Parts: sequence; structure tokens; C-alpha cells
Amino acid sequence: MTEHTTTQKKPARAPRNPLPRREPDVRVRDFQEVALGFALDAALAEAKRCLRCKRPSCVPGCPVEINIPEFISAVADEKFEDAVRALKEKNALPAVCGRVCPQEAQCEAACVLGKKGEPVAIGALERFVADWEIGNLPLPEARVPDADAPKVAVIGSGPGGLTAAADLARYGYRVTLFESLHAPGGVLRYGIPEFRLPRDILDREVEYVRRLGVEIETNTLVGSTLTLDELMNGEGYQAAFIAAGAGLPYFLHIPGENLGGVYSANEFLTRINLMKAYKFPEYRTPIRVGKRVLVIGGGNVAMDSARSALRLGAESTLVYRRTRAELPARAEEVENALEEGVKLMELTIPLRMVGDERGHVTGLECQRSELGEPDESGRRRPVPVPDSEFIIPADTIVVAVSQAPNPLLARSEPRLQTNKWGKLIVNAETGETSIPGVFAGGDISNDAGTVIAAMGDAKRAARAMHAYLQGKPSRVVAVGNGK
Amino acid sequence: MNRFEVTSKRLLAPTVTLLEVTAPRIARKARAGQFIILRVDEQGERLPLTVADRNPEKGTITIVFQAVGFTTRQLAEMNVGDTIRDLLGPLGKPTEVKNYGRVICAAGGVGIAFMYPEIKAFAEAGNELTSVLAARGKDLLFFVDEIKALSKEFYIATDDGSLGHHGLVTDVLRKLLESGTRYDYCVAIGPLPMMRATTALTKEFNVPTLVSLDPIMVDGTGMCGGCRVTVGGETKFACVDGPEFDGHLVDFDELAKRKRTFFEEEQCLLDPQLEQLKQEKA
Repeated sequence: MTEHTTTQKKPARAPRNPLPRREPDVRVRDFQEVALGFALDAALAEAKRCLRCKRPSCVPGCPVEINIPEFISAVADEKFEDAVRALKEKNALPAVCGRVCPQEAQCEAACVLGKKGEPVAIGALERFVADWEIGNLPLPEARVPDADAPKVAVIGSGPGGLTAAADLARYGYRVTLFESLHAPGGVLRYGIPEFRLPRDILDREVEYVRRLGVEIETNTLVGSTLTLDELMNGEGYQAAFIAAGAGLPYFLHIPGENLGGVYSANEFLTRINLMKAYKFPEYRTPIRVGKRVLVIGGGNVAMDSARSALRLGAESTLVYRRTRAELPARAEEVENALEEGVKLMELTIPLRMVGDERGHVTGLECQRSELGEPDESGRRRPVPVPDSEFIIPADTIVVAVSQAPNPLLARSEPRLQTNKWGKLIVNAETGETSIPGVFAGGDISNDAGTVIAAMGDAKRAARAMHAYLQGKPSRVVAVGNGK
Repeated sequence: MNRFEVTSKRLLAPTVTLLEVTAPRIARKARAGQFIILRVDEQGERLPLTVADRNPEKGTITIVFQAVGFTTRQLAEMNVGDTIRDLLGPLGKPTEVKNYGRVICAAGGVGIAFMYPEIKAFAEAGNELTSVLAARGKDLLFFVDEIKALSKEFYIATDDGSLGHHGLVTDVLRKLLESGTRYDYCVAIGPLPMMRATTALTKEFNVPTLVSLDPIMVDGTGMCGGCRVTVGGETKFACVDGPEFDGHLVDFDELAKRKRTFFEEEQCLLDPQLEQLKQEKA
């Protein structure tokens, strides 16, 4: 289907360059980054594998529409500044995406080379370019938006909020990004561990967005400190983008779940990542894991929790109802976790948590399961095996079984329509909510649950907000050139 | 950018400090029963504190705390002109204030500070208030005149007998409840054992009782679930579903156990050697 021309006529392609990673027994002792990034020669070799397709199939696979062949050919030509420009034109957070995007399911899944062999390592190259920029180029001068430009509010400073804020600032609006926590970044700050996304990298990306002219107000809970109505009517914001994420943890609602030592993954990871509890007592927020940590769940958040527990010195075991083949986490993260020593207990259904007289958890009673017919998600349903109950000893249990949108904002604004799962109902193309001028994206309105899906939503919504604001009569909109 | 500056400081009792802090948006919004979360410095934990008062004109809120832990001791060392690094609020649901009729307000220790806005709100709503303040000794009592002025009946109980009734708040409450006077509602705010004992007593006399809980909390916005409490057999998040609940439905035993989760770490922070370590590092 996809036509392509090759610049070098070689019948056989060089193999894909692997991304170097620190050795499992070394990296598990600290919270420093696991994947090391390409060295120059590997990056050049990998970039040269790209066929530079005329009609690239990888680009439609990228939710933020990066011109992938353009940035990769700039790398191959060693024109790194051009590569940076090509990336940043579409993506304000390339150093984040190059690290946490599931490229294997997106751009790389669509790469022509992948049909017969291995796709170009687009994610690793994105990271290489982003890291090259950080190492070689200064941050841009801070832009000051036009004082007459319309004000736009962005609620939530996670990947969706940062992306929308960056795009809206480039369109020329005066953008304020509101964050309830004390530091910006959302799930990139409280959820994703430092060993996958170092905080100096995150800080630098946030600072870049700030320098585009975005004002960031932390410690502001929209829905309480300020309501959406006050923003739009009192404070003069003419449009808003809600990217408040899915911050409400689900529990299993099984007996014993309120014992001491039982955490939601949100609490466990927030203590470690946002509050730096792994540096206690230098940092004052504690965490205690004991010797044996059980993590219930099989997604990326479960992997992050289990790998964090290892780094705190515990034995760490994932408890999962199905088998490894059905784990919803990225294959790469599962592999990382298992080679670091996380154990996987498959076909195990939690029944109840047991504790001691002090009210602290001591174990998880489970039941064996076997796989039955596929359910509506297409995965085979776990069926309990009768009389198979057993107890796994535990000092800490982390419940990582998905999360829902925080209902606070929707509760404070009855005009915002939600579905039965608490997700905001939005126009699928524009992201506009039930309130004109108020848009939403990311986990608060979609089910993708990935950083890049939130960023794609944000990009589309920013464009729709721009059209909305331009289309509004009796207003002169200052418009940038989109770069 | 928000700047949370200490504009006044008062020692209410030997270990109890009052700070007025600039926070205009919270000052406009906070209602009785709500709280804020603050962080003193970059290494600091997130500490929830009830809003004890607010002044929308000056754009300030009042916080009161007992310097018992690491962070509250740090706070107690702050002076006028200093700034608190982070301050988020108002959080939690406001108290449902209406005219119940005759209302008992029972407050213990630093809970007196958290009771003060409730007393003002309940008095304003036309309730007839019977206030009972309790502390270890008379030097730990404060806001006595302010609360007395808003109450029809007023009692004090001290553990050491230095003022008022020599004994517990529940001794006074039992006498009131047994006196034959019908009380329609009770608000109890204080240390967990005091709230537990009070609710046990008011249950006996069938007086609906509101308590204000302070479980372990991190974000305070419904994100972590660390503050979960069992109320009427259901798990609730104190930060967004509370912090006030029907005291007759709260599982105090579970709450008390959960609150002890990090007891050792809290003690470790108070170790004087840590202070030394901090200075050596600096």
C-alpha cells in the first residue's frame, strides 16, 4: 500500500540497534534511569535504516503528528538542530515521549520496515534528539504573550495540559496552566517513576513550555480554589481545556483493604515520586515496604509499583488474574520488571487481605483461576478454581487496578456532562464538552490511558479552541504562525 | 504567583500556635469544616490543617496547630514575613450548617481551634449552643472568651482540674444529657479517643453527632486514598467525602490503627540526631 523510495539501494537492511540499558542487578539498587539512550554512532546507524518513505505510514501512527521521516533524516545527515526543530514543531515534550510512549503500538507498528523485519527505533531516536537538544542547546528566551491576547485556561499540568498549553501559547494566546499539586507535570511527576523519566528531564520540558509564554499556577484546585465558572466569567478566560486526568484510584472492595500497609498505586507512587519518600528522612514523607510487597494488577502502573518496591529493598511480586500473555502493560516494561527480579504470580485472584492485631497487613488470601472464554475486552476471562484458596504472606500490598477521573471538578460544575464512569462527554473531533468554549482531553475523557493519547487529544483540542476563538465574533485574536 | 506569607503569629498556649497567612482565594472560599494542605519547604511533607478562621477583606486565613511533630515544629518556628512554600485549599466538604435547635459543641485540645468556625456558623444559623471545651490543663485552653460569647451554656473540663470540671469532656456531656434537656445535635472535634468516647455517649442518648477526622493524607484531593475510613460499612475518602462524618457510623478502631502506620517514622523525624545531620549537610 505505502509506496516508498530508498535513497540507498541496499537489498538487506542493517538490524535494528538495541537501546542500551543498565544491568538489572545494578539498576535495581537506585532510582536512576534504566534505559541509557543511543550513543552517536548507534543513532546515526539507526537513522540510516529509515527508508524515508514518500508517503510515510509512521506519521499517521503518531497522535501528535510528528514528521518522523523529516526528523530522522536530519539525524542521518547529522543536522541535529534541524531534527530538534522538526520534533518540537509538533511535540513540546519529545524527551518525555521518547521515553514513555508505547511506540511499538503506534509509529513503529506502522513502519514499513516492520513488515518484513524490525521497524526503525523511532522512539529511541526521538529521545536521542531530545537529549541532544538538552545537552547542546540553551532553553529559548522566555516569550511574553501579547497583553491584548485572549486568555485561555488549561486545567491540569500533565502531558495533555502541557501539550495544549504549549500549542495555545504558540497560537498567541495568554495561557495559564492550573495544577492542584505543588509541582507541575501531573502523572509524569507523581506517577511515572524517575527510573523511567528522570526529573531533571521533566523539569526541563516543563520549563520549555513555560518559556513559550505559559504561566503555571500550582496549588490551585480548579473546582474548589477557583471554579470553572469563576475562571470563565470572573477572571476573563475565554476558553478552557480540562486535562485533569484519572486521579481517582479504584480499590477491589475486598475485606481487609483498609489495613495498614495497603496502598493504592497512586498513593504508593505519589509518596515515592512526588514526595521522594525513598529519600526519607531527608525528605519528610515516609514509606515503609517491609520484606515482601505484593502488587495487584498487570498494567504499566502495576509494573512501576512493583519495580519501585524492588528499589526500596523488598521482594516484589505481581498478582494477576490472567497469564503473562494477557498483561496489559507494555511488553518492554514487563520484560524490564521480570529481569529486575519482579515475580509474576499468574492466574491468581485476590479474595481478602489478612492482618495482625495492630491492624497491619500480613498476607493476601487468593484463589487460583484458569482461563475461560474471551470476555468483551477480547481477553480470556479468569475463572476461579473451587477449593484452591491459599495465603501469600505480605508486608505491603499495592492495589494497581486502574483509576477513574477525579469527580471533584465535574461535581462543582453541573453543566459538565459525564458518562457512567465519570468521564467527561466530549465531541470526538474537537474535544468540546457540554459547555461551549470548554474542551477536554486525556484520561478525563478518553479510555486510552497513555501519555501520548492525552497529548494527541490536547493537540486536536488546541486547534479546535483556536478555531472557536477565531470564530467568535467581535474579537481580534492575535495569531502566531503555529511554530 | 501565589505567595503564602505569614502576616501574624500568636502563641495560644505553650505548644499551640496561630498563624495568619496570606491566601486570598482560599480566604474568599473556605467554609466551616474545610481544610488546607501545606508544605513548609522543598523536603517537606504535605500537612493537612483545618481552616480556623478567614478574613476575605485582608485575604488571609488562620491556621492553628500544636507543635508535636516535625512539620508542626517547623511551622511554629516561622515568623511574620516568612512564607510557607505551598498551600492548597479549601479542601473537603463544608459543614452542613442548619438550624438544628439545641446543639452541643464538644472540643478537645487543639480541636478547639477547629471548632471555633463551626461555633460561629452554627450560632449564625440560629442554633442554641452548649459548648464544652476540654484540655489537659487550663494553660492549654484558648478562644475561651470568643466561644463563651457565642454559647448559651458554657463548660470547661481539664484533666488536671486546674479549671472547670476535674475530668473528661464526657463527664460533663453525660451530666448534660442526663439532665433531661433535649439536645438535637452534637459536634465533636478533638483527639480521636475523645471523639470516640463522645460518639459512644451521644449514641446512648440518640443525639446525632458530627465528627471531624484527620487521617493520614497525601494529596488531599481524592487522588491517593490514604485517608480512607470506614463509615457505615462503606469506604470513604476523608479528603473529599469528609473530613466530617456521622460519628455514630465511623469505625474509630480501624482509623486509630491506620493513623499509627508511620508512627516509627514520625518518631525518627523527631530524633535530635536528625537535626544535627541536617545542619551538617547544610
